[in-house]
Amino acid sequence: MAGSVLEIKNLHVEIEGKEILKGVDLTIKGGEFHAIMGPNGTGKSTLASAIMGHPKYEVTEGSITLDGEDVLEMEVDERARAGLFLAMQYPSEITGVTTSDFLRSAINARREEGNEVPLMKFIKELDKDLNFLEIDQNMATRYLNEGFSGGEKKRNEILQLMQLKPEIAILDEIDSGLDIDALKVVSKGINKMRGENLGCLIITHYQRLLNYITPDYVHVMMQGRVVKSGGPELAKRLEAEGYDWVKDELGIEDETVEQNA
Amino acid sequence: MTVETKLPYNNEYIEQISTNRNEPSWLRTLRLEALEQVESLEMPKPDKTKITRWNFTQFKHEFTEGEAISSIKDLPEVLQEYFDQDNIPENLIIQRNNSIAYATINDDLKKQGVIFTDIFTALEEYSDLVEKYFMKDAVKVDQNRLTALHAALMNGGAFIYVPKNVQIEEPLQVVFWQEDAELALFNHVLVVAEENSKLTFVENYISSNSEQETIANIVEEVIAMDNAKISFGAVDNLSSGVTSYVNRRGVAYNNATIDWALGQMNDGNTISENITYLMGNGATSNANAVSVGRGKQIQNFTASIVQYGKASDGFILQRGVMKESATTIFNAIGKIEHGGTKANSEQESRVLMLSPDARGDANPILLIEEDDVTAGHAASVGRVDPLQMYYLMSRGISKEEAERLVVHGFLAPVVDQLPIESVKKQLKQVIERKVY
Ligand SMILES: Nc1ncnc2c1ncn2[C@@H]1O[C@H](COP(=O)(O)OP(=O)(O)OP(=O)(O)O)[C@@H](O)[C@H]1O
Ligand SMILES: [Mg+2]
Repeated sequence: MAGSVLEIKNLHVEIEGKEILKGVDLTIKGGEFHAIMGPNGTGKSTLASAIMGHPKYEVTEGSITLDGEDVLEMEVDERARAGLFLAMQYPSEITGVTTSDFLRSAINARREEGNEVPLMKFIKELDKDLNFLEIDQNMATRYLNEGFSGGEKKRNEILQLMQLKPEIAILDEIDSGLDIDALKVVSKGINKMRGENLGCLIITHYQRLLNYITPDYVHVMMQGRVVKSGGPELAKRLEAEGYDWVKDELGIEDETVEQNA
Repeated sequence: MTVETKLPYNNEYIEQISTNRNEPSWLRTLRLEALEQVESLEMPKPDKTKITRWNFTQFKHEFTEGEAISSIKDLPEVLQEYFDQDNIPENLIIQRNNSIAYATINDDLKKQGVIFTDIFTALEEYSDLVEKYFMKDAVKVDQNRLTALHAALMNGGAFIYVPKNVQIEEPLQVVFWQEDAELALFNHVLVVAEENSKLTFVENYISSNSEQETIANIVEEVIAMDNAKISFGAVDNLSSGVTSYVNRRGVAYNNATIDWALGQMNDGNTISENITYLMGNGATSNANAVSVGRGKQIQNFTASIVQYGKASDGFILQRGVMKESATTIFNAIGKIEHGGTKANSEQESRVLMLSPDARGDANPILLIEEDDVTAGHAASVGRVDPLQMYYLMSRGISKEEAERLVVHGFLAPVVDQLPIESVKKQLKQVIERKVY
């Protein structure tokens, strides 16, 4: 079978006692590219974080499975080794750990002990991807994300995607803060990975990313649910008309999760 | 005449060791005078650590010879991990118990007048030179009871002297190996860099006694004359049976630099003070130190840079990782004296706690007697950031490995300062062993 299947059913998620996701259903198969759009604060990053296992988010109902395996039972690192990857909206800075040491640890974590990636091979592959993403070589020896510009952090997330080759990748606003050239480069990286072995969930606010990476499906998230799904044309209409028509159509009054009383 | 003291060592004993070693009379006098002061002087008082019940006076002091090491190719096993077999330093002294087991120095350095030898050979061959600096400008005999005791009972150490205008690129390394588990170490290191000279010095303290108890009383003096540059690295790795007092002091004159990179990895109770006096204008010091505390170990690290000169620059950086029920206090004191205009003084102390039972404290202190200066400090005592862990683990890295990366990363700003690659590697190994 080519590719993996990530299945999310009736997912409810709370953060610090406040329910953010209120029943999300979504299935991503290997080879499929899905885009999720939606107004600020409607739960897109919450969905991504819950899938990856962020410690602050609590799943109160529903299920997430990867090829039938219960993802919610897995620790964060097990989820990653099972094939999940999340390019984060706000990647952490890790002082004292170089990008290259970090990547090597991450790659070796996927391999048997005693079968670590040979250093020369690692360096060669890393150089290749650095070049492809037009990243300065010295980023490999800089501390991970420390002092990186917004755009550099995003490129670094895609570098990790290319190096780690996951089954299912979730990209949370990978386009935010990118200049036009960087947007092209990052898209090029993602498209290079595109194939029947990669399923992808792209969270974005803008059609411009989707001009470079055409999604197979587009979903709209509001009030902690996927309220509408369609093809690439849906994203274009949202870009042109905003979210009001969706709200009208569905009778939604407040676009964000209702504020705590 | 005998001195009234609880010590098992008296005047006759001092006379005898001094005579046996053929020491110059100035040293014999200094030793005897020091012994006389021991009782009346106060114990050192490290801020926030009580040492009243620590053993600093019960130990064995007899001269114990260590077996010579004939070839560096067959190093005793204990030492092997401290060296990269393919890359043995050219300038190396190994002190084993109270004697020198191995010593080499590059011929060119010798020709240029560089002295790199153990302290007793130095006392025989360069008595005047040693006398000029020994416990004069950096550490004083009567600083406290332990410095006096040190002077009275000094039983090992090294002397490094670099003449005017001689700039040495290759490092000078000394290993102090306490093989005898009960033997007390009263080690004295004296480093003198004459005008416009340059050197890199690295030392290791090694022992492997966890059962038997003894003490280490270490005094080190580092003198940088005008325009001299000294890079000083150390890895202290004495085992849990050793209670240590470590006093490292530097004096830097005009435009001189003393940079410290101290890996304070002892397993026993330790008080360590590292004070640098920037006497001259434009003098600079970076005092970097790391420590890992484990078990029930209690440690106190006080680093201080005292700035007299104009436009001097002092930067203290301390990093500590505490596990199990270790307790560690970091004091970082920047002091700018009256007249030290345009001086800059910065302190940063950070402690990372890996266990709920560990205790750590970071106290940066600024004492400024002058208006026209710049200064800053930062301190933190915290735990591993769960978001960093989440980020690392989200790439498939296990929890243990992620924590290891964070710990190494936390200590890296200091570890990376160590001037010799092999010693840096070795410090990383020691950290690895202490943390996991
Ligand atoms: N610690 C918290 N306590 C309470 N509410 C929180 C907390 N963290 C996030 N939220 C709320 O959860 C909601 C969803 O946040 P989320 O980050 O998932 O939105 P998003 O759709 O990704 O928005 P954006 O497009 O701005 O990135 C927001 O209303 C946010 O304020
Ligand atoms: Mg978001």
